[in-house]
Amino acid sequence: MKQIDLVIIGGGPAGMSAALAAYEQGVTNLLILERDSRLGGILRQCIHNGFGLHRFGEELTGPEYAWRYEEKVLEKKIPYLLDTMVLDISPEKVITATNTSLGVFQIQAKAVILAMGCRERPAGALALAGDRPSGIFSAGTAQKYVNMKSYLPGKNVVILGSGDIGLIMARRMTLEGAKVHAVCELMPYSGGLARNIEQCLNDFGIPLKLSHTVVKIHGKGRLEGVTIAKVDENRRPIPESFEYIPCDTLLLSVGLIPENELSKTAQVELSPITNGATVDQNRQTSTEGIFACGNVLHVHDLVDYVSEEAEIAGNAAAAYLRGALQSNLHIPLSTDGKIRYTVPQTITEEKEITVYFRVSDIFRNATVKVLDGDRVIYSRKKQKVAPGEMESILLKPVQFAGAKALKFTLEVE
Amino acid sequence: MANTRELTCIVCPKGCPMKVTLEGKEILTIEGFTCPRGKQYAIDECTHPMRTLTSTVRTSGGGVVAVKTDRAIPKELMFDCMQVINKTVATLPVRVGDVLVSNLLDTGANLIVTANQE
Ligand SMILES: Cc1cc2nc3c(=O)[nH]c(=O)nc-3n(C[C@H](O)[C@H](O)[C@H](O)COP(=O)(O)OP(=O)(O)OC[C@H]3O[C@@H](n4cnc5c(N)ncnc54)[C@H](O)[C@@H]3O)c2cc1C
Ligand code: SF4
Repeated sequence: MKQIDLVIIGGGPAGMSAALAAYEQGVTNLLILERDSRLGGILRQCIHNGFGLHRFGEELTGPEYAWRYEEKVLEKKIPYLLDTMVLDISPEKVITATNTSLGVFQIQAKAVILAMGCRERPAGALALAGDRPSGIFSAGTAQKYVNMKSYLPGKNVVILGSGDIGLIMARRMTLEGAKVHAVCELMPYSGGLARNIEQCLNDFGIPLKLSHTVVKIHGKGRLEGVTIAKVDENRRPIPESFEYIPCDTLLLSVGLIPENELSKTAQVELSPITNGATVDQNRQTSTEGIFACGNVLHVHDLVDYVSEEAEIAGNAAAAYLRGALQSNLHIPLSTDGKIRYTVPQTITEEKEITVYFRVSDIFRNATVKVLDGDRVIYSRKKQKVAPGEMESILLKPVQFAGAKALKFTLEVE
Repeated sequence: MANTRELTCIVCPKGCPMKVTLEGKEILTIEGFTCPRGKQYAIDECTHPMRTLTSTVRTSGGGVVAVKTDRAIPKELMFDCMQVINKTVATLPVRVGDVLVSNLLDTGANLIVTANQE
């Protein structure tokens, strides 16, 4: 069996950044495995701009951002295999993969970085009355059709869910000549970025209907229309508010889930909240030598943070291979529910650590407090926190020295 | 009489909410921005709104390739520019940054390629 020091699963922005970071740290026996025919991951279909402001100080489109990394991967001659699907990873780090030239093959790795990204919640997951005529797509699938195949799925569109991909597609399809009649959002607030509501909906006069959902699908062969309704505070449709909108296309933009089938075969412990692995500050999973980063770990809003996190994992994998990965502590981080989750979920080393977290609802005038038992080790007031925006705080070793466990809480006035 | 406009800055993902008071076309006050770029955005938005346009063009290979305007164009010209973009064909191979149309509709912006294709 072929032996490779570090194998990276997935050649998106996370996989490429992790590989580059490990390479810079002296790991030269490494390999990226990517199932697609190109490096770049999902960014290849995200042709809109708005990427890279943090990293590069300029506004790039998705493909341009991906190219910045691909160019370096090529320059450093970091080995990668395309059109190669990883089928299984064992807890002993034996990777089983397949492609047309090698058939099914195995690699024994010393360290593995999981960077498989996320996928969209499928249309089937929605409980909607009516048949399933053609014309119903996830927003990401529509994005692929329009941007990679130049195929416009329809002319009259309703979008369910106000996630960023849905908002971006509202603008994209409008520019290509379709009419987007409405974006319906079940919650009283949008999960998308404010800038996308402004430049993707308001610019084109597309109504955002908050606290609205689709209750019925009309049409047999092809979608003919949808019935939308306002929902009450318990998210139940209000019958008097039913409204029929004729349309040939319904896009669903109802969230992303990390793609963790392989993490399961590797017997990596998964968080029921993020659906990704639980990790320490090095992004090491519960299995020693297996690391995770990017959207497979938790869904990021901004690719800039994906790259940042991937570098942490790449550096740590290099340290692990040198036998220099420190872990002399074990401090689990828990949350109060208002804060939904943290990444990392444990701290195993005395150093400065950035902890990322997401909240479960929109809160105003809230104070983020980190507790060691009754002792407040960190406190900061926030004007507004929202589920759509990842927050982060920096913890210093003096703050958590001696702690047995840390609890992340949000105090709302 | 002064009137106020509420804006959302689109320059970065923070999306700061801003308030501008205007007397006719003259800007009196701008509130809510966190950085100078936000202030400039508010001024532009109240005088002449500009947007960067991204799309795809057909290629000589029968597929499509991603493109953008290399600077923001007047917002009201987006659909006119789309018409030009939809008539443009890129001859392969193309590299990131290749100019396909210079000075698109006299906007001063060039239409450039944003992905490599052989
Ligand atoms: C449809 C869609 C649109 C998005 N739009 C935006 C956006 O506009 N702005 C933004 O900031 N973020 C967007 N995101 C989030 C975006 O995914 C991240 O910003 C970023 O691309 C995540 O990088 P990644 O490397 O973790 O994942 P990805 O880019 O998804 O890369 C994962 C890679 O792993 C490969 N892979 C997966 N499983 C296997 C396997 N078994 N074997 C081999 N290879 C495998 C995949 O083919 C893929 O190339 C979007 C996500 C989706 C799903
Ligand atoms: S004002 Fe500055 S920080 Fe706020 S959204 Fe605009 S560019 Fe970003």
